[in-house]
Amino acid sequence: MDPRTEFLVAHAQNQTRRVFLGRASQGVGALALASLLRPGLIHAAAPAPKDRWPGVVQPHHFAPKAKRVIWMSMAGGPSHLETWDPKPKLAEMHGKPMPESFTKGKQIAQLQGQKLTCYGPQIPFKAFKNGIEICSLFPHVGSVLDRICLVRSMTSEAINHDPAHMFMNTGSQIAGRPSMGSWVTYGLGTEAQDLPGFVVLTSLGRGGQNQPIAARQWASGFLPSRFQGVHLRGKGDPVLYLGNPPGVSRDRQGRVIEAVNSLNAQHDAVVDDPEIGARITQYEMAFQMQASVPGLMDVSAEPAKTLELYGCKPGDGSFASNCLLARRLAERGVRFIQLYHKDWDHHGGVKQGVEFKAQEIDRACMALITDLEQRDMLRDTLLVWAGEFGRTPMSQGGDGRDHHNAGFSVWLAGGGVRGGSVYGATDELGYSAVENPIDVHDLHATLLRLLGIEHTRLSVKFQGLDARLTGIAGRVIPDIMA
Amino acid sequence: MSVFNPSRCLLAALALAISVTAFAAPAVDFNRDVRPLLSDNCFACHGPDTAKIKGGLRLDLRDAALAPAKSGKKAIVPGKPNDSELVRRIHSTDADDLMPPPETHKSLTAVQRELLARWIEQGAVYQGHWAYQVPVRPSAPNPPLAIDHLINQPLKAAGIQPVPEASRRDLARRLHLDLLGLPPSPKDVEEFASDTSPDAYPRLVERILASPHFGERMAIGWLDVVRFADTIGYHSDNPRNIWPYRDYVIRAFNGNKPFDVFTREQLAGDLLPNAGTEQLVGSAFNRLLLTTEEGGAQPKDYEARYLTDRVRAVGAVWLGQTTGCAQCHDHKFDPFSTRDFYALGAFFADVKEAIIGRREDGMFVTDNQQAAELQRRREVLKGVQALYDGPQPALADAFSRWERLLSDAIAMDDRWTRMAPESAASSGDATLKVQPDRSVLASGKKPDTDTYTLRFTNAPAQLAGLRIEVLPDDSLPSKGPGRAGNGNFVLTEVVARVERAGAPPRTLSFSIARATHEQTTFAENNPYRAWTPASAIDQDTMGSSPGWAVLPDAGKPHQLLLGLARPAQLAPGDVLVVELQQRHGNGAHTLGKFRVSAASNPDAVASPAALPPPTELADVLRIAPSQRDDAQRKRLMDAFKKQAPELASSRALLDDARKSVADYEASLPRCIVTERGEPRTVRVLPRGNWMVETGDVMQPTLPVALSSGYKAPPRKLNRLDLDDWLLAPENPLTTRVVMNRLWKQFFGAGLSKVLDDLGAQGEPPSNPALLDWLACEFRDSGWNMKHMVRLIVNSQAYRRSSVAPRNLVARDPDNRLFARQSRWRIDAELVRDNALALAGLLVRDVGGPSVRPYQPDGYWENLNFPQRGYDASNGPGQYRRGLYTWWQRSFVHPSMLAFDAPTREECAADRSRSNIPQQALVLLNDPSYVEAAKAFAARILRDAPGDDVARIRWAWNQALQRQPSAAELETLSSLLQRQRADYRADTESARAFVATGQWKAPAGIDPADLAAWTDVARALLNLHETITRS
Repeated sequence: MDPRTEFLVAHAQNQTRRVFLGRASQGVGALALASLLRPGLIHAAAPAPKDRWPGVVQPHHFAPKAKRVIWMSMAGGPSHLETWDPKPKLAEMHGKPMPESFTKGKQIAQLQGQKLTCYGPQIPFKAFKNGIEICSLFPHVGSVLDRICLVRSMTSEAINHDPAHMFMNTGSQIAGRPSMGSWVTYGLGTEAQDLPGFVVLTSLGRGGQNQPIAARQWASGFLPSRFQGVHLRGKGDPVLYLGNPPGVSRDRQGRVIEAVNSLNAQHDAVVDDPEIGARITQYEMAFQMQASVPGLMDVSAEPAKTLELYGCKPGDGSFASNCLLARRLAERGVRFIQLYHKDWDHHGGVKQGVEFKAQEIDRACMALITDLEQRDMLRDTLLVWAGEFGRTPMSQGGDGRDHHNAGFSVWLAGGGVRGGSVYGATDELGYSAVENPIDVHDLHATLLRLLGIEHTRLSVKFQGLDARLTGIAGRVIPDIMA
Repeated sequence: MSVFNPSRCLLAALALAISVTAFAAPAVDFNRDVRPLLSDNCFACHGPDTAKIKGGLRLDLRDAALAPAKSGKKAIVPGKPNDSELVRRIHSTDADDLMPPPETHKSLTAVQRELLARWIEQGAVYQGHWAYQVPVRPSAPNPPLAIDHLINQPLKAAGIQPVPEASRRDLARRLHLDLLGLPPSPKDVEEFASDTSPDAYPRLVERILASPHFGERMAIGWLDVVRFADTIGYHSDNPRNIWPYRDYVIRAFNGNKPFDVFTREQLAGDLLPNAGTEQLVGSAFNRLLLTTEEGGAQPKDYEARYLTDRVRAVGAVWLGQTTGCAQCHDHKFDPFSTRDFYALGAFFADVKEAIIGRREDGMFVTDNQQAAELQRRREVLKGVQALYDGPQPALADAFSRWERLLSDAIAMDDRWTRMAPESAASSGDATLKVQPDRSVLASGKKPDTDTYTLRFTNAPAQLAGLRIEVLPDDSLPSKGPGRAGNGNFVLTEVVARVERAGAPPRTLSFSIARATHEQTTFAENNPYRAWTPASAIDQDTMGSSPGWAVLPDAGKPHQLLLGLARPAQLAPGDVLVVELQQRHGNGAHTLGKFRVSAASNPDAVASPAALPPPTELADVLRIAPSQRDDAQRKRLMDAFKKQAPELASSRALLDDARKSVADYEASLPRCIVTERGEPRTVRVLPRGNWMVETGDVMQPTLPVALSSGYKAPPRKLNRLDLDDWLLAPENPLTTRVVMNRLWKQFFGAGLSKVLDDLGAQGEPPSNPALLDWLACEFRDSGWNMKHMVRLIVNSQAYRRSSVAPRNLVARDPDNRLFARQSRWRIDAELVRDNALALAGLLVRDVGGPSVRPYQPDGYWENLNFPQRGYDASNGPGQYRRGLYTWWQRSFVHPSMLAFDAPTREECAADRSRSNIPQQALVLLNDPSYVEAAKAFAARILRDAPGDDVARIRWAWNQALQRQPSAAELETLSSLLQRQRADYRADTESARAFVATGQWKAPAGIDPADLAAWTDVARALLNLHETITRS
């Protein structure tokens, strides 16, 4: 039996028990745990409502189809030609000059000024669920294609990694704009009691082309810092400075915080400063996070079947582990979860490169979809799989592909997405998006729409403008939505 | 959207309220009341962006607004709101007719609609936008009184009674934090509190202004707005040499450099006559932007990015204008066009820089002593070099011998024919590729043993010998020539045979083997006691492991000459097959790069092997001595000198002198500065698209509308001319922008809250007269920054208490009228400085290279090209002020980031002040703060007198410069007792706790005691009051 079927069968057998346990474990959440540990801080268990950011979109502009987002950022620029976009004509043209009619006037990165030669797809494609053809290296994704809307007509304005990531995350190539996770938590608030509303996880690939990712990719820009993404790290403290100093037990730390909060409250009585109340709440929140985050990160208590489904081992720091963590974060009400998986920058050796990546992500993506579905969470969780751009149909150095932004593929699944469908197409050589091309702003507009937000109405005054995630553009794409 | 900027509505309401009380008939003020409404709701379609005008109507210009629109109707008929189409449309109930249109999600309130109608009724009077009018000094008493006069007038009009002066303790603390960023000592406060003389306060101000820490405090805001950082920003975010600029800024504030000079040096220091180090380092301003080293980045793309970055910077730093939008289209709200944008960018087209790639090391930034020492070392080098370069008559014979040897080697080499193999195969699946120079390069699979089989169809008819050159290559480990990690190989056997169709192969036997070098090390188990050429033709009679090898001379070329026992004859069609066996079998001792040659004449192997000189030298040697020109003779002499044993000591001297200069240079600070280069062509990029190269070419030109009324010289302008305009009396912006930012430092918000936008979408100043007065005084004082600071902090308004009755707070929640002072959490850098100061750890040196406070392991794991570790500074470098922290743009130090330090990727005129859980985690758990608490605790135990209670009082006074209340004392006493009891029962934990950080507590302190007091100190360092300026 394949892992998905195996998991589904096991799940069906244990469903009743699991539902009960799931409820129970949510009931005794980390919050309650914190107050159990520190009876003196019971009031800390329920943050004062005044401090819970409710979001500015009230009520929703539309009935939301999705409550939360898991965005898988495939950093480096995956080749659409070895993943989701079959191009038999390119295979025929392999080794022949790239016709100039395809490339004229387009941005080119490292291949500038070089002879452009067609480079056929390096891995065979195969029809999976719903008859949709994808690369044969991704059978697991193939088995859940009925849940996925494949977009084969994505475009971007940027063609170098750093600006392209910024563009994909913030809708602008200029630093200092809020990341989409910040926008969404600003707009909708978070349901997480003791976790940030926007969480980022990163993983490395074994091919070694691990592009740098700057913290600005999850920064809140001109939105307040509370909306910035918090990077949960696989090694060391999962949240920076989360661990007590050596030798300081939770009790000892608790007493210090108690004293600080008590002294702050006493001072507030004298100077009457609302910031002090907020400060007290933040110390309580910090203390709760110290208790709850390590538990969240520890997946060893997950059933063996689940670990098997994802194909990960606790603490291995893999993309698969991060997918499992993403599900746990989603369960706890985190609004926006972004998973970076690096090593997609295949200037050389694209065949082996994508083989490595497929081994790292294929099963994990399927597992996340399957796991969420079994928890009845797929219907209101939006999944997005996207690189910052795609790769050229032309060869680079004989066995690689260069950066490419005129047409590439992304996919969406889950909350409100039209599963089992393909949207848009590139030309016959996979160069330009020619049928229903969409751009980054359109993707953002559609994402916000699925979350119940009209993208033109989520704005903040910045440098004199009503700044939006979608800039002055963005179209909602109805055909992507169910 | 007014979630973060509710002040405008409140202000408008407040202003109206004031107007209502002040005047019988409420007069509408265009700039205060109407322009913001029009700008926010109408200008996007009826404003300055000429490409977007709808219905032929512009509302930003009065003449245009009064003229009939395309429809023939008049939007505004002065005095007649009922005849004005504008009034009708904003009241319309028809969605198709209503303005602003519902799809813009803009709407006017009833009050706003009434206001517009009343404005038209009162004559629709326009005013130029406030910030574009040259400031006129309002009537006010002379300096020390002016600020208070201008603040108190509106307060009186509004019937608001200001709160009294703050306590002496609050004033001392406020001045220290605002002007130095460091807390006062209890002694400072006591002295001031007990000084009853009437000028006690101004004297304190003067004392503080004279501190070298004043410049550090002032620099922080400037470094934000100019986006100073230690790294390039994009992609790999690698370091660059720039910190001397930071020290330049500190010096400028400490030395009270006039602001006009400060401006001029930064934008155009390189163009100033007699520019010295100071001016050039100032000009590093033009190099502060983000740059990239990303492979595949396109120069045109980044050239455009750099231009726009610099235009935005001028807009942010001096003009208070959001120029960024004009990169793609005319500004929608302000008179700044796309042409203005690129014309302003053209001023910087002459800044010399690599568009893509590593920044240069930059100029040496030396003091006089360093400059003299550098000069001295260079002179020594010059002398030694001259001696070495001079004629060497005594070595004439040696030279001839050397020349002959080389000539012989060339002659030897000429006997060999380099052969390209028709095929080259590896038995171990290594990839063998024939290179254009006929050599063979191995790559790919790397088996432990291998046999290369080479087939030659081009061998000479008579074959007397074979030569195998082994060659270095950058692709090989240790540059080769072998593939082992150390660059070595072992050629265990060479086998040659001739194949002819239809006949059995003829094996050739070798009788001579010579090499340029053979390895004698690691030969204990080698039957030859060396890795000799002979072992490569012994038919493995001594085993297959021995062979020819070349350590320690890896990374260099060598030759193996093999002579045949009898010359072989080859017929056309014969194939010469050469097998290079490498069966040593230890760590891939196989050949990486080699070339096979053939000789027909047995003489070729008769003499010892010698390497021919490199081609360039060989070419010269082939020329008869009398025919060589000067350059050729010099080349030959240089090569001779490089190897002549007689000159070994001269060479050593020269090396030493070179190293002395290089070492000293490496120890000197450097800074990338502005150097003038050939100006790049600047074109208008349609919609900001750098790929379109058809836009008009732009020359450096001042923004047309903003500079109206100013006459630029009639010639090609440069950056000095830009300075002239920025600083000209006709420029309405610079003085206001700088004073508005300065005001924020002392009152928590600018007079206009939006520090980076004084345009139509910004906020009109809450007290325009005060801002104009400050602007005029600033210019008239000779751009005297300290003078302005002195005036502000000596004002009554500055000295007011920050505690106010609730009704006053309710009346003016954002404190725009200054009836009281404000309170705020201090900036990120100062949170750190404050803790280190209380700990007694702070190293108060001013300036120097950036330092690295402790940082969580792995925080830089997402950086790459290259991967980077982080070594925290040792010793004093660990305890420097926050502003000296290494500023890694893509990963700013996390404890600074938690307290809202900007990444400085973009110019940041303002910082937000958040209050988030990460701040608690930093103050509680960051080793820097734990260590500071420990050192503070040790101070308490060492310096504080008496029992626990007395010690807590002392510590409290150190941290907050006041005495604790009974309840506060009780809270800390209780914490101390509980922690002490706990740590005494668990001394192991206590020891672990106080081991945090490099700083060691003096011996003899009980660890449990120290741990308990450390927790008391932690509580103090975590208090809101400790990190608050009030």
